[in-house]
Amino acid sequence: MKTRNTVLTGLAIAIFALVLWLADKNLGGYAMRILNLSAIYVVLSLSLNLVNGFTGLFSLGCAGFMAVGAYVSALLTMSPEVKEMNFFLEPLAPWLARLTLPFALALVAGGFCAALAGLVVGIPVLRLKDDYLAIATLGFSEIIRVVITNLQGLTNGAQGLKNIPKFSTTWTVWGVAALVVAFMALLTRSSYGRQLKAVRDDEIAAEAMGVNVFRVKVTSFTISSFLAGVGGALLGHMITTIDPKMFSFMLTFNILLIVVLGGNGSITGSVIASILVTVLMEALRFLDEPLNLFFFKTNGLPGLRMVVFSAMLMAVVILRQRGLMGDQELTWSGFEKAGLLPRSKKGASK
Amino acid sequence: MLKIENLSVHYGGIHALQGVSLEVPEGKIVTLIGANGAGKSTTLKAIIGLIKTSGGSVSWNGKSLAGMPTKDIVESGIVLVPEGRRVFANLSVDENLSLGAYARKDKSAVEADRARVFKLFPRLDDRKKQKAGTLSGGEQQMLAVGRAIMTRPKLLMMDEPSLGLAPLVVKMIFDIIKEINAEGTTILLVEQNAKAALMAAHFGYVLETGRITLEGEGRQLLADDRVRKAYLGEAL
Ligand SMILES: Nc1ncnc2c1ncn2[C@@H]1O[C@H](COP(=O)(O)OP(=O)(O)OP(=O)(O)O)[C@@H](O)[C@H]1O
Ligand SMILES: [Mg+2]
Repeated sequence: MKTRNTVLTGLAIAIFALVLWLADKNLGGYAMRILNLSAIYVVLSLSLNLVNGFTGLFSLGCAGFMAVGAYVSALLTMSPEVKEMNFFLEPLAPWLARLTLPFALALVAGGFCAALAGLVVGIPVLRLKDDYLAIATLGFSEIIRVVITNLQGLTNGAQGLKNIPKFSTTWTVWGVAALVVAFMALLTRSSYGRQLKAVRDDEIAAEAMGVNVFRVKVTSFTISSFLAGVGGALLGHMITTIDPKMFSFMLTFNILLIVVLGGNGSITGSVIASILVTVLMEALRFLDEPLNLFFFKTNGLPGLRMVVFSAMLMAVVILRQRGLMGDQELTWSGFEKAGLLPRSKKGASK
Repeated sequence: MLKIENLSVHYGGIHALQGVSLEVPEGKIVTLIGANGAGKSTTLKAIIGLIKTSGGSVSWNGKSLAGMPTKDIVESGIVLVPEGRRVFANLSVDENLSLGAYARKDKSAVEADRARVFKLFPRLDDRKKQKAGTLSGGEQQMLAVGRAIMTRPKLLMMDEPSLGLAPLVVKMIFDIIKEINAEGTTILLVEQNAKAALMAAHFGYVLETGRITLEGEGRQLLADDRVRKAYLGEAL
């Protein structure tokens, strides 16, 4: 049944690509932006899911790594003129002011710098457990923000960066998202993925089997930081302005929300929740505007959207405690069991 | 051969092991029995490097294990089956077994051992794809033992493998222990079930509040009055 599943997967990808192509042609810039934003959230939520869901490390440092990736990639791609315009308070370090790299290279560089930050933070911090780890990573994320605010000559401080080249096109963001999904699917099914889950389930037993628990944690954390860096860079190249305030805890919170909603430890769950949350956040925007239902009038309640959204989140968590997907995946064999696909002769493998 | 001399472990102010010495000769089954809290689990954890020792030495085939990280100790051929059904709850039965063979390179022998585990525990065979966390308590213990078989170490240390199992399954597990021993695996067994352990073992040690108080051949200890009174619950 492997071949059938491969064919189905190929077909699904082709259909999705076609839908994207049609959307890109026919939808307005605003709608496309939302769609593309959800691709970036796919990358970010998988990054967080890798540590939280698959490795069982409660990390809240996401926004910090995103900031690193976003700044590195932005600074490496902006033209010298744009840089000069941005840095009017204090000039940018000369070696960087003249440097302009191709986007792909800058994106990877952003990821690598974030990964390096992850490695440096991870080695001392990953010896901590649960809540302590959460607090330490959260603290790190805030430190990054303060550092960026104060490195005027490198980051332009609180003014942030404007006119970042708009490289995050539909194909770029969805291409990266697809790569990351494929990478995660391969990783979690490999023997390395088994080690991650073993560490998550029982550290002592994993250690007693000879798994190098600490190294597994550091590796997972570093890969996750890389992905967060790439996601942050894509975000910067999409909205074209970044500043330190943008990378606050609220950003991490949004991503955490997606991961929990989709299901800790489920790739497909994260993908579905990313799209759902991003689209809903926009769709519910009308709630913040003046409403005029014939029995009910408001004159604009900013924040009502978040209230409704939080209520929906609570409902999901109460009704399905482990998120939409739990730690299960949507698979073709799952569809088959649900009777949505004709049954194959032999029991379907993955 | 594993040789422990004068081993001492502190947990904060508690002196859990107060100079324990014991030997596990190659090819033998050695058992360590003792009351709750005597320090049996502590001894095993100290050997495999999961906790810090505060004195004494552990040597394995002449080489000191002091300060070695656990994964290196495992690689040198010592494996611990920790107490209390520590299976990986969200992994399937099959994946749990694969993790047992984590440190092994001999792929084909691994598959032979997997087949063997399934033959020993047909219940596990029927539940290959089931998550370990959803197995019954006894099935989880079978899986923990099966996973230990998959490790194929030179020295296998088991912490209360018979805990919570039906008598028939306990007997089966002791048979398996003897069988893998006959195939060349040295075994250090910690048990509450003193009678079964001493019957299976070549040599036994009695641990009392962090000290070895008695040692001798398995059958000889079984006949010892103090052992019979304290650990076999016999009125003399
Ligand atoms: N992490 C720890 N911190 C503090 N004290 C501990 C710790 N682990 C064990 N102890 C103490 O050390 C002593 C020995 O514990 P150990 O687990 O080795 O006993 P045991 O012989 O295995 O008992 P049982 O048969 O009940 O499993 C006990 O008094 C226990 O309370
Ligand atoms: Mg114990």
